[in-house]
Amino acid sequence: MLEMTGITKRFPGVVANENVDLVVQPGEVHTLLGENGAGKSTLVKILYGLYRPDEGEIKIQGAPVEIPSPAAAIDHGIGMIHQHFMLVPTLTVAENVALGLHGRRGLADMGPVRRRLMEVSERHGLAIDPDAYIWQLAVGERQRAEILKALYREAQLLVLDEPTAVLTPPEVEDLFATLRSLTDEGRGLIFISHKLAEVMVISDQITVLRDGLVVGRTTPAQTTREGLASMMVGREVKLGREVPDQDTGDRRLVVDRLHVRGDRGNISLDDFSVHVASGEIVGIAGVSGNGQRELAEAIFGLRPIESGTVQVRGETIAAPSPKRVRRRGVAFVPEERMRHGAVGEMSVSENLMLVDYHKPPFARAGLLQFGTIAERCWELVRRFTVKTPALSTETSHLSGGNIQKVVIAREFSADADVLVVAQPTRGIDIGAAEYVHERLLEKRAAGAAILLITEDLDEALQLSDRVVVLFEGQAMCDLPRSEATTDRVGLLMTGVSEGAPAPA
Amino acid sequence: MSDFFTVSVLVATLASGIRLATPFLLSALGETIGQRSGVLNLGVEGVMLIGAYAAYITALRTGSVFAGVLAAIGAGALMGMVYAFITVVMHATQGISGIGIFLFGLGFTDLLFRQQVGTPVPIDGLRGLDMGALSDLPIVGELLFSHNMLTYVAFALVPVVWFAMNRTTFGLNVRAVGETPEAADTLGVRVNVVRTQAIIIGNVMAGLAGGTLALDVGIFQQNLTSGQGFIAVALVYFGAWRSSGVMAGGLLFGVVSSTVLQLKTLGIIVGANSTIAAMAPAILTIVVLVLVSRRIGAPSALTVPFERDN
Repeated sequence: MLEMTGITKRFPGVVANENVDLVVQPGEVHTLLGENGAGKSTLVKILYGLYRPDEGEIKIQGAPVEIPSPAAAIDHGIGMIHQHFMLVPTLTVAENVALGLHGRRGLADMGPVRRRLMEVSERHGLAIDPDAYIWQLAVGERQRAEILKALYREAQLLVLDEPTAVLTPPEVEDLFATLRSLTDEGRGLIFISHKLAEVMVISDQITVLRDGLVVGRTTPAQTTREGLASMMVGREVKLGREVPDQDTGDRRLVVDRLHVRGDRGNISLDDFSVHVASGEIVGIAGVSGNGQRELAEAIFGLRPIESGTVQVRGETIAAPSPKRVRRRGVAFVPEERMRHGAVGEMSVSENLMLVDYHKPPFARAGLLQFGTIAERCWELVRRFTVKTPALSTETSHLSGGNIQKVVIAREFSADADVLVVAQPTRGIDIGAAEYVHERLLEKRAAGAAILLITEDLDEALQLSDRVVVLFEGQAMCDLPRSEATTDRVGLLMTGVSEGAPAPA
Repeated sequence: MSDFFTVSVLVATLASGIRLATPFLLSALGETIGQRSGVLNLGVEGVMLIGAYAAYITALRTGSVFAGVLAAIGAGALMGMVYAFITVVMHATQGISGIGIFLFGLGFTDLLFRQQVGTPVPIDGLRGLDMGALSDLPIVGELLFSHNMLTYVAFALVPVVWFAMNRTTFGLNVRAVGETPEAADTLGVRVNVVRTQAIIIGNVMAGLAGGTLALDVGIFQQNLTSGQGFIAVALVYFGAWRSSGVMAGGLLFGVVSSTVLQLKTLGIIVGANSTIAAMAPAILTIVVLVLVSRRIGAPSALTVPFERDN
């Protein structure tokens, strides 16, 4: 039903897609697999009319078409479920669906829209309240609204851009059931992901992209997860990681009965406690938006604490501020590296020195010692394998993985032995992620206490000695590695507490 | 002070407050539409001045108040196109561009006035409607049934704007592009077209507000609007981007202004005190802005230009 041939798209300095071919048959789930920056999103944005290709041809049902805008894509029966949902939070579900449709005589009459929406929603088993405002909905419901928007417009070809990134494992199962019902009706689906396990389950066809090029086409029957990973990265990859057992020491970081409010005054940590000992990694798992960001900010003095305490080495930090917390030997890798981790407009060396610049030997009598600083920075760049043309390069010009390495080099090289690490591998390539994991384990072996806040369940389970699931600001469990299975933790992430009857 | 608290004076003060609220209401309703689409226009004051001058000079030359009203609307539409070009097409920073529009309006109308008119010539402006028996009713007649046509138009626009924003596809588009333009774009809504329309409507209303002012007092002079356009922008925040809230704010400012005038006329406040009292609307604006500083209800994409990255 779809044929894209010879698609090339260049951006200043990068070729995002080079001579890419993609054929999607009706009734199949066609997966686009690749690392961040491989060109998956660019390709589907071209298909949806958000980008114009520099070269190439698109055929739908055999006929060549031009897609200059999303409106044209919709007319050709293409629907897109965006990774960052394209929903207006202040409008209702029905209003979001009606947006862009032409009402009779310019009136936005919600009655018929609501009726049809309910029909579509029932037919596909996508339950939703048409009058709920988007901001009131949980992430899974928002995704249903996003899918319904496309189905309402009778999309025959649906593009799903990383739809599982925000879902808990049970929600992923529900989504896959929906996808199967859609292909059974003869619709074609383009599924974008970099999660290999899911790709093996849902795909009929897999096209692998790397650096803008198609590097492989296969099916789940013909390959393995390792095989897919190797295609994505372009070298042998070993999945899974053995973490040696080791004894833990004294409790370095204790968070005791913490109550914290979110940006909107909502309760985001509700009586939350956790402790991390020397030589252990404690993973905070959960879907983002359940208090993870607020937890990291509260520990680091970036967010006021309503009640409860944060103790480092047995001492409560009174009136925490980033400076006070750092002085106690705590380092912080924040989740948004470009907003809180590094200053994009500053050079690599400036970013590397952001914490220590005022201390001797890097500063004397208030003057920066550029020789010492350069020596130190080169050492860090080498040790942490940061790929940068020069120390003076503007940090925002580096790739996501290399920016993260700069942040990690700065934080891990300090004397700190308590680390608060949030989403350390989000949005970076497999190679860089492996590297970050190695450094984390190295710090653990050296006796650091590490609080790893991550929404990547595999990462949490792989690295953590204990897993704490955070749901709506509360700790759902504190499981040792041996008991933290994907199923068990996945269920806890949905807020179903153990011992409570499962919802029908 | 007891002179003030008589029925006839209070009624007269309220009635004149409603009349003075008209330009506030028109311009702030217009600015609400623009802001709901994500575009801030600090140049309302300048557009009002241009509308006021256009209305004045047209009425002066043609002798027709109606022609003056049309001229104010036309001038507003023209300024709307200019502002849409600057901000929507060229992506200029909205706050600064609005200041530019204000300065342009202030200087340009003064220049034209000096060249074309010179010494102020009064015109035969808007008159209160005579609704017969209704206008003769005690109290209610003076309060509600003796205003000029444009005052009724302005208040009639309150429910009209509410309806347009909440019950039409145009309003849905405006709200969507002011909140999440990317989402509207992916559904085929032409974000910049919708914004341009909203800006032009808003500027037409600002131009009309200025025209109302000039035709009401029957005169034009430099800086006739004396900050009312800026207060209108503040009223949008005060009214939390809702037409009813904007109306409440417009009435509040109208009544405060008329009270100050009345107290001056009655000689209750005199000399330096009356100058200070004249600052009441300005002080009130600041107080109001501090009180509503949390911007609850503000369109998320306010002041953010939209362009599909390609």
